[in-house]
Amino acid sequence: MLMTDRERLAGEIQALAEKHGKGRTALIPMVQEIKRKYQKIDSFAMQVIADQLGIHPVEVYSVVSFYAFLGSEAHGKYIIRLCRTISCDMQGKEGVMRQLENDLGITFGKTTVDGKFSLEWANCMGMCDQGPAMLVNEKLYTHVTPEKIHEILEECRRSFGVHATEQKEVHLV
Amino acid sequence: MSPLPTFSTMAPEAGLKKALSLSRPDIIEEVKNSGLKGRGGAGFPTGMKWNFAAAARAEEKFIICNADEGEPGTFKDRVILQEHADLVFEGMTIAGKAVGATQGILFLRGEYTYLRPHLEAVLAKRREQKFLGKQILDSDLEFDIRIFMGAGAYICGEETALIEALEGFRGEPRNRPPFPVNTGFLGRPSVVNNVETLASAACILQQGADWWKATGTEKSTGFKIFSISGDCQKPGVYEFPMGITVAQLLKEVAGEGAKAVQVGGASGQCIPASQFERTIAFEDIPTGGSIIVFGQQRDMLDVLHNFLDFFVDESCGQCTPCRRGNVKLLEGVELLKEGQCSMAYLKELCALGETMQIASKCGLGQSSPSAFLSVVHNFRAEIMGRTPSHV
Repeated sequence: MLMTDRERLAGEIQALAEKHGKGRTALIPMVQEIKRKYQKIDSFAMQVIADQLGIHPVEVYSVVSFYAFLGSEAHGKYIIRLCRTISCDMQGKEGVMRQLENDLGITFGKTTVDGKFSLEWANCMGMCDQGPAMLVNEKLYTHVTPEKIHEILEECRRSFGVHATEQKEVHLV
Repeated sequence: MSPLPTFSTMAPEAGLKKALSLSRPDIIEEVKNSGLKGRGGAGFPTGMKWNFAAAARAEEKFIICNADEGEPGTFKDRVILQEHADLVFEGMTIAGKAVGATQGILFLRGEYTYLRPHLEAVLAKRREQKFLGKQILDSDLEFDIRIFMGAGAYICGEETALIEALEGFRGEPRNRPPFPVNTGFLGRPSVVNNVETLASAACILQQGADWWKATGTEKSTGFKIFSISGDCQKPGVYEFPMGITVAQLLKEVAGEGAKAVQVGGASGQCIPASQFERTIAFEDIPTGGSIIVFGQQRDMLDVLHNFLDFFVDESCGQCTPCRRGNVKLLEGVELLKEGQCSMAYLKELCALGETMQIASKCGLGQSSPSAFLSVVHNFRAEIMGRTPSHV
């Protein structure tokens, strides 16, 4: 039998609740895992998480909307987070920002239409001695200069293909 | 004994072995005697914190390592976790024995997710070597550590906000008291210590309180890890004794000729060149280790603008002085940049800053106007009477 996306998501959330224990303390780890896999936490996911933990869905929303790395809205496969805090600022984050916006054709806070990239600001990410610093998902880039941006984006595009083929498997029960 | 003690010269696990041979009060006494104060910036005496938690009666207690390093200009904890993770976990285990806790949690900030595989590997190895788990080194001590990933919120560096996040809530600080040493994670007594504090405690157990006290000043004992960035030729992580002057520090990092130095990050003070003989210690200029050097070319209003943007973004929004106050200060900086701020209004803003220091609920709000107030105080000639940039 072919499963619908919603059924699959609900099953995954149930498994996560079992893995992390069905208490409130499981909430943030669960949301983190769902977000990493699906790039968003929609209202359906929030409802299922709430059901699993025995809390109201608005409680899930209140937590999801609080943290910079969570958030309910969809983002791209690659979230590029550029540090804007003082040391990176003094080392030239402005030029890196412009090049990112030029190469992707979007401004900060937006996602490309193909769903590949999102541009976000980050506050101090602890790389002040090697700035400007940038995170692409969990990967760290330091001493970033505008001319390095193209190669970093290409690296993502190349590995994006790998992700896409992995995702193509049909989920059967 | 090396004249300049460092984390790198410590013998592995000697502190833990020593702690296993001591009684719980003796461990706390040793840490108390050393005069070690919290390395995250607040400077609360570590021995006293452990003592409170040890005295609390509960079925379970927790040792929480605060690795939610987010203060602008701070990156020492990242380096400590990369290079001396064993020392940190050893410190947590010692704290576990001292207060009678069997569970430790490392709260790692989301931005440091790339450190997690390394840290998990270190933990797995420690379990294998019987430095963690049941019957540590064949004693009756039981202790284990798990990692919790933060989700991107500066405020979670505040200990009660961190506990809220661990419990699955918004990272909004709680009222204190009750303090976490009595009512912490899940209502249980919890010790929340900075990464460097725990590593330092492991060193103290190994080498003794007198060895620690031999470095630093009377009120600020020991050495401290500094994160130095900005306009200097040799930025990076340094180990210096407490009580070092700003001028000595600048010489070490080749940052002489600086216009000002921000000590303690965005929530710290901006020290002008005329005060470079002051010392970095809890009794003079306190810091969690963040040093940002500003060269002659830097505009102090740009610096303030950056800091206040940061606080407006990171305020949790729970209390009014911090939520609104930082916005008003930011607007004030914009007025100053445009040369449209009267002296009367600037005084109002300073009064607002002082109100925020008193009336905000947690350390973020209380310390967020520090940079603004110190720049207005020390660089008045530079910030007043600007010509707007578009004229």
